[in-house]
Amino acid sequence: MGLFISAAQAATEAVGIEEGVEHGGEHGSAGLPQLDLASFPSQIFWLVVALVVLYLMFTRVVLPRIGGIIEERHDAIEDDLDRAADFKRRAEEAEAAWQKALADARAEAQAIADATKAEIQKEIDAAVAKADAEIAAKTAESETRIAEVRAEASAAVKEVAQDVAAALAEAVAPGAADPAALSAAVSKRVEG
Amino acid sequence: MDQFVIKPLFGDEGLGLFTVTNQTLWLAIGVLIAFALFALPTRNATLVPGRMQSVAESLYMFVRKMVADVLGEEGAKYFPYIFTVFVFIMISNVAGLIPTSFTTTSHIAVTGVLALTVFISVTVIGFVKHGAHFITLFWVKSAPTVALRCVLFLIELISYFVRPLSHSVRLAGNMMAGHAVLKVFAAFVPALGIAGIIPIGAMTGMFALELLVAFVQAYIFTILTCVYLNDALHMH
Repeated sequence: MGLFISAAQAATEAVGIEEGVEHGGEHGSAGLPQLDLASFPSQIFWLVVALVVLYLMFTRVVLPRIGGIIEERHDAIEDDLDRAADFKRRAEEAEAAWQKALADARAEAQAIADATKAEIQKEIDAAVAKADAEIAAKTAESETRIAEVRAEASAAVKEVAQDVAAALAEAVAPGAADPAALSAAVSKRVEG
Repeated sequence: MDQFVIKPLFGDEGLGLFTVTNQTLWLAIGVLIAFALFALPTRNATLVPGRMQSVAESLYMFVRKMVADVLGEEGAKYFPYIFTVFVFIMISNVAGLIPTSFTTTSHIAVTGVLALTVFISVTVIGFVKHGAHFITLFWVKSAPTVALRCVLFLIELISYFVRPLSHSVRLAGNMMAGHAVLKVFAAFVPALGIAGIIPIGAMTGMFALELLVAFVQAYIFTILTCVYLNDALHMH
């Protein structure tokens, strides 16, 4: 039974809230504590004190600190981004320089190779020319020798032929032959 | 309703202007919480924030963004005040949820002062910035006829003066209703004996809801402050 009485009391209290809202003005301190005008001066005074303290604390200390640190963080991030961009630019420059060095080295190597090739070609040409000259000289020498040998041989053939012709003529008709005419005829036959 | 009663902390004399009451105590506790939440963690603020510094910074950025969104560039001047109001209401609402504590924002005198401050500042700023032209705030140019504009002028004017009332009663009412409901449910617990577990369960859910309401009401009060200020700064 007591259980229900307490519950009923609680319910009455709940209803009392609504009544308090409607009739608070008339009831004064008996109604809602919120509408008790006697407490207003103290409430307002201490509220203003609290607000002023909070306002001063925020404007003097907290807001500059938080604003500062957020600004600082923003700047730091911006700085890092700038630095990263700078590094990237430098890396690109380094790469370009490396590419250029590589190209230069290639060109130089090519030039050296060309020069060496030309030099070797010149040496080869000189050697070939020299060899050609030597070969030509030897050929000329050989040809003169061959000509000499041939002249000697043909002279010997002419002599033998004259001798044979003279001996034949002597054998066929001794003393009849004219040696000069015989020699001319043989020479004519040998050379012709 | 005794959780809303304001009584002197020392002695039993009547309530004078400087009387230290239970409300004064909880205002002071609110200030201390604000100190612990904002001043202490930012004392050695680091580029990479710690936990408490993150909390302080998030709240700062939350209010700052709200001010920037509603008021634009010009709002920066009013940011400290708006931030103070937001932090004060948020801390008072949440601290008021602690059992046996006192909710300062459940009192119409407190929210009334906050709302009237906004109302008076808005009116003064409006007239200082725009002169007599500020009256045209109530003259709805988009209405088709002059007669309609006159009617709307009256309605707008009334709604303008009702603003501080709705502004303050909305907050105080929400806080008071939430606590009163929790109290009513709490009264059922001993009355129902073992079945009291049911209202306890209900109260747990309601407490979570009240926690949400505490933040949402702080947000609503603050954004309305911004919106009203916006009227004074930019008209519409």
